Amino acid sequence: MKARVHITLKSGVLDPQGKAIEHSLADLGFAGVGDVRQGKYIELDLTETDPEKARADVTAMCEKLLANTVIENYVIDLDA
Amino acid sequence: MKSAVIVFPASNCDRDAAVALEAVSGAAPHMVWHGETDLPPVDFILLPGGFSYGDYLRSGAMAARSPIMREVIKAAHNGTPVLGICNGFQVLTESGLLPGVLMRNAGLTFVCKTVHLRVENNETLFTRHYNKGDQIAVPVAHHDGNYFADADTLKDLEDQNRIAFRYVDNPNGSQNDIAGILNANGNVLGMMPHPERVIAPILGGTDGAAMFESILEAVA
Repeated sequence: MKARVHITLKSGVLDPQGKAIEHSLADLGFAGVGDVRQGKYIELDLTETDPEKARADVTAMCEKLLANTVIENYVIDLDA
Repeated sequence: MKSAVIVFPASNCDRDAAVALEAVSGAAPHMVWHGETDLPPVDFILLPGGFSYGDYLRSGAMAARSPIMREVIKAAHNGTPVLGICNGFQVLTESGLLPGVLMRNAGLTFVCKTVHLRVENNETLFTRHYNKGDQIAVPVAHHDGNYFADADTLKDLEDQNRIAFRYVDNPNGSQNDIAGILNANGNVLGMMPHPERVIAPILGGTDGAAMFESILEAVA
């Protein structure tokens, strides 16, 4: 089973890298782009086949390592 | 003083830390590799600066989960003094020994220069040889030193006098100009600036020596 994890900064946490991307896009002539936020995307191949157990495992991985929940949120997608 | 310096892959201030500890205490520290599962009996533990694990995932994130950190966390909970400098501070926040997180510098650039710190709390085992309000010159060298914590955590740090050092002129966007903080018990200090780099005139400064003298006196 494949797990896809998106990790994003919580709203209210300043994202200087997102701001820099926003400025570069404006410099390249892309008008009308605001509030750029950057994050991380992590793919995992799991031997677990039970979606409920897989989700519990990946949630524990996010809490213990993949995300820093002081500043980051995570969303887990699973496909069989 | 029996001390240990924890060495992670891509630590690069571990030898500076060892030199500072030996110069002040007269005893060379144990250099303990991150993969070890036993910590020798020591009075003091130092987590050095560097770029452990290439700053992969988040600065300090991998190092905080390395085998030796389980022992460091246990020792910290038992009251052993622990000092984390630069990457060591990032490892302390990632391991949960200190609150908050060190984010990318607000200016996005790596900052490498000598800055001035104000000693905010000199009633700690790390700072007793300074005076409150002293301004000391200590170098910083980091990309991720921008301290962030939620409002409740910041209030606790302020109310409980757990901000040991503040930047006089904030180089990285840290909230409340925070350069170094203590845990609630006062036996864990994390700071971005490098006191171990200013312990002798030949290094360009001596303002860091008082920290190591403080620790030596406190554990004696």
